Amino acid sequence: MVNSVDSVTNLGRSGVFDWMIQRVTAYVLALYTIFLFGFMLTSDVNYDTWSGLFDQTWFRIFTLLALLSIGGHAWVGLWTVTTDYIKATLPRFLVQALCGLTMFVYVVWGIQILWGL
Amino acid sequence: MPDSFSTMIVTYQPSATGSPARGTKRECESAVNSKRPVNLDLSKFHFPLPAITSIVHRISGIIIFVGVAFMLYGLQLSLSGEEGFSRVSGLLDSFLAKLITWGILSALLYHLVAGIKHLLMDMGIGEELESGRLAAKATVVISVILILLAGVWVW
Repeated sequence: MVNSVDSVTNLGRSGVFDWMIQRVTAYVLALYTIFLFGFMLTSDVNYDTWSGLFDQTWFRIFTLLALLSIGGHAWVGLWTVTTDYIKATLPRFLVQALCGLTMFVYVVWGIQILWGL
Repeated sequence: MPDSFSTMIVTYQPSATGSPARGTKRECESAVNSKRPVNLDLSKFHFPLPAITSIVHRISGIIIFVGVAFMLYGLQLSLSGEEGFSRVSGLLDSFLAKLITWGILSALLYHLVAGIKHLLMDMGIGEELESGRLAAKATVVISVILILLAGVWVW
């Protein structure tokens, strides 16, 4: 099979797989965002309710899932944007590398916040 | 050829008039050799609303990506203890922090609304020319309302 996108930097090595990752992570992120908005709007947000929410294992897992989804979603999105607008290979590679590093930092930082390692 | 289509694409013509072509020499040479249509001046193009909502979707995505750093910082501080939580509340009293928060919220709300439009299009809703334009209008209207509400919420 000939890959129509001749690139080693796209996430799934195929446009269809990237498309699917973009959609699956979009649903996760939409649900997480709407849940958080709902929580903030319907409950009295103070330290006890806020830390109580993040103390629950299911919500920590949900948050980590959202963070991983940001990584995948942003990779596909930023890869598309950078390949569209940055034509020269080296600058594009450097920007994409910076994006990838940032995502990695976000995920590890998020784990540290959630589980306090 | 429909009239709107012919205005969108300018067919490349060998420069008998000697007008300078845009882009690098290599781009121009390949354009000459391939005899394909080239877009000469993007600033002269009229962008339809769905094109504008699409580019704003991209821009808002980039803003959110940067904004995650602020959100994680706020989350870490707010969960570090009672004192940290009140420090976040204190930070959110300043105008600049409110502005940043509103900016990130605006990007997030727009990206969410435009993203839901995409997911609806996956289901075959709003894929035609007219319904696509309507969906783009709806995206703008709904997100402007939500962004204004978010501004009221922040201040």
